[in-house]
Amino acid sequence: MATCTFWIDGKKYEAEEGSNLVDAAKENGVFIPSLCYFKHIDPPLGTCRTCTCKINGKFNPACTESIREGLKVEVNTPELVDIRKALIEMMFSEGNHFCPACEKSGNCDLQHMGYELKVSVSRFPHLFKDRLIDYIPKRMVMEHNRCIKCRRCVEEVFTSDGKRVFMYINRGNDTMVGIDYEQEAKLSESEAENAMKICPTGAIIVRGKSLSIPFGDRVFDLQSSQKHFKHNVIEKPKGANFEKKTIATVSLAGCFGCHMSMLDIDTEILDIAELVSFNKSPLTDIKTFTQRCHLGLVEGGCCNTENIETLKKFREMCDLLVVVGECAIWGGLPAMRNTIPLGECLEEAYLNSVTSEPGENTVPYHEDLPKILDRIYGCNEIVKVDYTIPGCPPSPNHIWKVVRSLLWGEDYSLLYSEFKYD
Amino acid sequence: MSLHSLQNNRFSVEPARSGLLSELWRLQLLNKHISRESIKSLARQHELAEIEVEGVTSFYHFFHQKPAGKHTVYINNSIISELKGFERIRETLERETGAHLNSVDPSGTFGLFATPCIGLSDQEPAALIDFYPFTNLNALKAKEIIQKLKQGKLPEDLCDAPQDNIRYTPHNNRTLFFAPYERGQAIKQLSGLGPDGVIGQLRLAELSGRGGAAFPTWKKWDTCRTYKDSPKFIVCNADEGEPGTFKDRVLLNNQPGSVLEGMIIAGYAVGASYGIIYLRGEYRWLLTKLENEIVAFHDKGILGSDVGGIKGFNFDIRIEVGAGAYVCGEETALLESIEGKRGEPRTKWYYPVEKGYLQLPTVVNNVETFAAAARLLQLGSSEYLKRGIPGSPGTKLISVSGDCKLPGIYEIEWGMTVAELLDVCGAEDPFFIQVSGPSGECISLKEKYKRISMLDLMAQKDIRCGGSFMIFNSHRDLVHILMNFSEFFKHESCGVCTPCRAGNFIIERKLERLNNGLADMNDLKELKSWGTIMKSASRCGLGKTASNTIIQSLEKFDDYFKARFSETDNSTYKKFNHSASVAEYEQYKP
Repeated sequence: MATCTFWIDGKKYEAEEGSNLVDAAKENGVFIPSLCYFKHIDPPLGTCRTCTCKINGKFNPACTESIREGLKVEVNTPELVDIRKALIEMMFSEGNHFCPACEKSGNCDLQHMGYELKVSVSRFPHLFKDRLIDYIPKRMVMEHNRCIKCRRCVEEVFTSDGKRVFMYINRGNDTMVGIDYEQEAKLSESEAENAMKICPTGAIIVRGKSLSIPFGDRVFDLQSSQKHFKHNVIEKPKGANFEKKTIATVSLAGCFGCHMSMLDIDTEILDIAELVSFNKSPLTDIKTFTQRCHLGLVEGGCCNTENIETLKKFREMCDLLVVVGECAIWGGLPAMRNTIPLGECLEEAYLNSVTSEPGENTVPYHEDLPKILDRIYGCNEIVKVDYTIPGCPPSPNHIWKVVRSLLWGEDYSLLYSEFKYD
Repeated sequence: MSLHSLQNNRFSVEPARSGLLSELWRLQLLNKHISRESIKSLARQHELAEIEVEGVTSFYHFFHQKPAGKHTVYINNSIISELKGFERIRETLERETGAHLNSVDPSGTFGLFATPCIGLSDQEPAALIDFYPFTNLNALKAKEIIQKLKQGKLPEDLCDAPQDNIRYTPHNNRTLFFAPYERGQAIKQLSGLGPDGVIGQLRLAELSGRGGAAFPTWKKWDTCRTYKDSPKFIVCNADEGEPGTFKDRVLLNNQPGSVLEGMIIAGYAVGASYGIIYLRGEYRWLLTKLENEIVAFHDKGILGSDVGGIKGFNFDIRIEVGAGAYVCGEETALLESIEGKRGEPRTKWYYPVEKGYLQLPTVVNNVETFAAAARLLQLGSSEYLKRGIPGSPGTKLISVSGDCKLPGIYEIEWGMTVAELLDVCGAEDPFFIQVSGPSGECISLKEKYKRISMLDLMAQKDIRCGGSFMIFNSHRDLVHILMNFSEFFKHESCGVCTPCRAGNFIIERKLERLNNGLADMNDLKELKSWGTIMKSASRCGLGKTASNTIIQSLEKFDDYFKARFSETDNSTYKKFNHSASVAEYEQYKP
């Protein structure tokens, strides 16, 4: 095979003619992000589009391009970086990805790609389509909420007699990867595990195998995020005209996990108390605002009318409104109910559950009770939000660094390990 | 007799899997659905996993896995149908049949389903009942039809024969497509020209593809000719799915011979022996007509062996019927579909001329291209070149529908202006014109003096038209039109790539926001930016063009959107529909 010269972002490289662009770039030290690409699937799938580049001036995925003389490739222009990021955000918005409740979290290509491309908040609305979890297969569970339809399993997993185990079914936005129960039962244990392994998300889970690798010991975990606690985070800001600031905090439809994370700063909270005073907050147990605050930290989204009122009050009383954690940003874990009609949720909880008292089964409704919304809303759907801190929960360092930066205008940098939340 | 070389609607060189679509059709028509048992037995027969057969079945709109009623009614929900009274027809049919839309009535007699454009935009509202056409519906007519079906009358006896509505042909007998036709006139030219001569004629006449992309036809044929693999295939793309287009329906109904001759000519030029017409399922009612034409061709000796007396030139044509999938109009998806697979477009790793149907060299052209090729050979290139304008010679069939007095087929010479076309079709207060369907482009009256030609792809000077020309008057709601298009793409995306599968869904959600009055200029900006991402990143033409109209309308109808939506809303509280968000809970008020 002849060697060809090609260009990536204006730099000259060499590779074998006909080799795949993703591989050729990698050999030359240029990383082109990709999710569905597998070297041995020919022709390449080109389904996830994450490796979209500009090739000889045209948008095309790198994985469906082979090296030829003079090929000019743009990989890391701002436009392309944004397209790639958007595609990953689209996958997060399209599926129902609740990482904290996922077996694959920390071992997940999609999650990793999210970090790699610096996705913090999806620009797209989450679609919350009700998707099936298929428990019927003997050996596996198909978690369709997590499937990104990359097609790897469809093209890769066959029985020994050459039949497919996975196949796309339906079409359009109803497309999903169906599993053939009869063929699945024929797979050997290792073949089944391989299917789980090649899945870039947690859509294919082999029963009894999913938690065999402990957290903190996974492919993408280089080190524990907890070990990087830095004492100097809370140093008193320099400058003569230092002024103590006021903060309010609240947990709406959240689990208080973000507040726990704030407290995880341990004894440094005493240092923080010298810099700021807390007004309305569960930390002080002050129930109503007694003054206007410089900054409000909101955990959790809105699941009822009381949440909306509180959030609006925060907007009114705080100069800066910062939402903390996934729930506040787009709904988070409570938004698991967004795929199910409210009526079904209420009836399951109050009328049809095994613990409901016979004759006592009513859905609570009283003028003194907040009204439950049809779905969980992210805070930015109700009020204007100034800043968001992603994470589930964000690490204490991250939260206080942001607060410090916003209140006293100081730059801060985040370590990769502080921004990783699995 | 035709079909002489066919077994189970397959040529002897085709593998058994290629018969899958026909088998599914047979089962659907016979049992009104494809049962689990049928899927099981098909899987056994083809040595496939059941899920693979289910994957194919569930891809196509006209294949049902639950019984779809003794009579299956498909009402068209395209934008044109909506303008002409879709809602009233839906209400009437729901009342008369007892079935809610997209379900079957309790007795199992009627299944009522919405379906995208069925190629009858000039006679909407229209519906298919058991795949027979019913046009120009009104509430009374719809009621009568259902009552007669209940009395046991058959749809084939009740259905309408759709009018061709050929409204305009070029003056001075310069019509290309609708000149008197006699079988075999074009084929007569073959032996004199030889394959080189045929391709030379196409080249001189600058004939280009009429499916929309306007790729030079001679180049396609010439490239296919160079590949040595055998056999080669000629595929006629009669999967005219672009909403608002119905020119191929009229050609197949009015000039089936021209289309067949065009395919035979292509076969002769590239050295192919097999032709396949991929007829969209919506046009199933044209099947008998086409089969009869194929029989007549055999009888005349212009199909079969030694076609037209040319020694050693054997050519036969069969028909594959699609089953309701817009994306199968994309040539590689169409080939997958003929192979008995899900109609998912392939990557452009290979072009069909090299590795097409069954990975063999294949020419795929549109119905109109084949008809034009036949007429071109009959006339000769110099005569042909008298039509149209320099650089864009010939004529073009345009399907006009919407707010005009005379919807129907307009055979225009390339170079006619939009204004002239609007004038001859009696457009009424035109405001928003959608050219080439939802995936094409929208134009405003500011552009009415632009010519319709194939000169300029980017539509800077001229406008390229694939066939659909939908006119909307100034009272029409643009957001409503965009929502109709977006819903269409959401359903018709093949589902393979992320930007198209998820993107169209996301765009629809955003348009709902617009429709609910919750949007501001910032939402419009986002729509445009998201549409651009879909355009850049999608896998095939469907995703790449699905957001065209959104992006363009926001530019070209800036005033309209500005008047309707407020400037970027920087207020502290977002627009939020409080009462809607608690409506569901309020139902539990004691």
